[in-house]
Amino acid sequence: MSALLEVEDLKVAFTRRGEPDTVAVDGVSFDVKPGEIVGLVGESGCGKSVTSLAVMRLLPERGNRVAGSIRMDGEDLLGLSDSAMRERRGRDLSMIFQDPLSSLNPVIPVGLQVTEVLTRHRGMKKDAARREAAELLDRVGIPDPTRRLDSYPHQMSGGMRQRALIAIALACTPRLLIADEPTTALDVTIQAQILDLLKQLVAETGTALVMITHDLGVVAGLCDRVNVLYAGRIVERADRHELFRQPRHPYTHGLLGSIPRLDGPPGEDLAAIRGSVNDNLPWASPEGGACAFMPRCPRALEVCAEVTPAAEEAGTRLLRCHNPVPVAEGAE
Amino acid sequence: MTSPRGSLRPRPPTLLDRRRRRVDELAEASGRSLTADAFRRLRRNPVAIVGAVIVGLFVLVSILAPWIAPHDAATAFPELQRTLRPDSIPGAQPGFPLGSDQNGRDFFSRMILASRQTLLVGVLATLIGLVLGVVIGALAGAFGGWVDTVLMRVTDVLLSIPSLLLAISIAALAAKPSQTTVIIAVALVSVPVFARLLRGSMLAQRESDHVLAATSLGVRRRSIVLRHMLPNAMGPVIVQATLTLATSILDAAALSFLGLGDGDPARAEWGLMLANAQSYLDVRPALAFWPAIAIILVALGFTLLGEALREALDPKGRR
Repeated sequence: MSALLEVEDLKVAFTRRGEPDTVAVDGVSFDVKPGEIVGLVGESGCGKSVTSLAVMRLLPERGNRVAGSIRMDGEDLLGLSDSAMRERRGRDLSMIFQDPLSSLNPVIPVGLQVTEVLTRHRGMKKDAARREAAELLDRVGIPDPTRRLDSYPHQMSGGMRQRALIAIALACTPRLLIADEPTTALDVTIQAQILDLLKQLVAETGTALVMITHDLGVVAGLCDRVNVLYAGRIVERADRHELFRQPRHPYTHGLLGSIPRLDGPPGEDLAAIRGSVNDNLPWASPEGGACAFMPRCPRALEVCAEVTPAAEEAGTRLLRCHNPVPVAEGAE
Repeated sequence: MTSPRGSLRPRPPTLLDRRRRRVDELAEASGRSLTADAFRRLRRNPVAIVGAVIVGLFVLVSILAPWIAPHDAATAFPELQRTLRPDSIPGAQPGFPLGSDQNGRDFFSRMILASRQTLLVGVLATLIGLVLGVVIGALAGAFGGWVDTVLMRVTDVLLSIPSLLLAISIAALAAKPSQTTVIIAVALVSVPVFARLLRGSMLAQRESDHVLAATSLGVRRRSIVLRHMLPNAMGPVIVQATLTLATSILDAAALSFLGLGDGDPARAEWGLMLANAQSYLDVRPALAFWPAIAIILVALGFTLLGEALREALDPKGRR
């Protein structure tokens, strides 16, 4: 199956007069097939949100440079006019944000925010849109949907708000949905409900989902394929099972190792990745290249400080490392 | 990639769904509406109560003025005129609680009927200023760029001139001073304040999550501005309108006092009454005292209410 979304060599840099550019995304390439759930995983500041905003073309008009290509159905989204892009947003691709309270307009009823999209993209009349909106709210598990249409966001619980946002984002059954940490602002129990709901809706509607998260638990339960981002580049990509069974990049390995396990030996210290993102080396600099993760890497070699590791693909896996974690005996 | 419409059929509620419903209902019960919350805090604030009582009385009196006032405001009464001298103006007597004015008319009735003029000028001037200011501020805040620069530089120039001075200049431009010119002058003075305030909160709205979310759904720019930004940006402007009512009333009275309003002596208007009372200050100071007190009280009432409203609506003051 050909890809629905192809992101190729995407670079986003924030520019400020009199200061060097801040490179947030540094040559990211990935694709999403129709109906697939793809994860973008990484810690704060690794460029996951900027990547998603770039795909939606929602970055501020000024103060940044976007290069590379973002193709949906073979059409370059970066080359579209503003109005053509506006037609596609909400209809062909839409997005769910992190904070469900601040992402809803506080002064108008939720129902109106659903019908707005329906009348905009599906040309529905007011009454039909209202009926459809009630159906959508029901679909995402909001009780008493007809009455809920007239509720304001502050009258709803956090979980209900995120359900409403999902209903709005899926109102026109887009082929691509980007979810930017949709569960971070929610309680753990609600998180699980929302993830179940997303999984179910995506399966029913055939929408492809790009799941942006720092939570490996979310990835494990949801994604078909996982891209691990570090400092604006993809350092490892693999199918979900493969990644969890056999992480090859030291960063991925460290991330998985730092999750407490119920079946681990009691009293054992939790493994941590030393340092923070601030210790990064630049991937490329006038002096040459390096691996950004080198200063924090337990497996760093001399070469890691001198040569930028190239992205090597083997089968479904992509790896950007000079000294990957060896494949364990009997694991593969 | 099958047709998704068919799959959006509601499914029967499971036990889990019913449990969720219960939890959601409980969560809802604990939520309080923002407006109700603000109103509750307003009611607890003594400053707000005082302001509201003054404003309420003032509005009530001006609406019911023709029925409250015992006499016509323009009629001179022989029983008052009989004792009227240039050096002695009759004071309170049966039927005329505040005595006579300098022309033998019932001063009490004139005081009461004048409240209508004040309310009319204050409300109209504020409304006009509000509408113009909102249009300018919304344009500047929504479009940014050179539109913003041009509109805001003009606004800055107007803001740099003291408001009363500006109102006097505008009113003085009119060929024939009238109440309309007073309203226009006072309204124009308040425009830059509203425009700047709204522009600021529109800019804040532009950066907000829900505007980003609406943009991500392909909502049209016009709807983004009118439905998603403007209503959310109006809060501070509404509060400012209450405060502007007070200054508008003061400015309008000042213009009348300076002779830039309608000079018709039959008209009852506090600023004009104050101006006319100047010549009789030594004869009967009450002619100046009562209009002055009325203007001060009304302006104070609107200011207190406005300040209390601002406090009540300020999310930082929420406990």
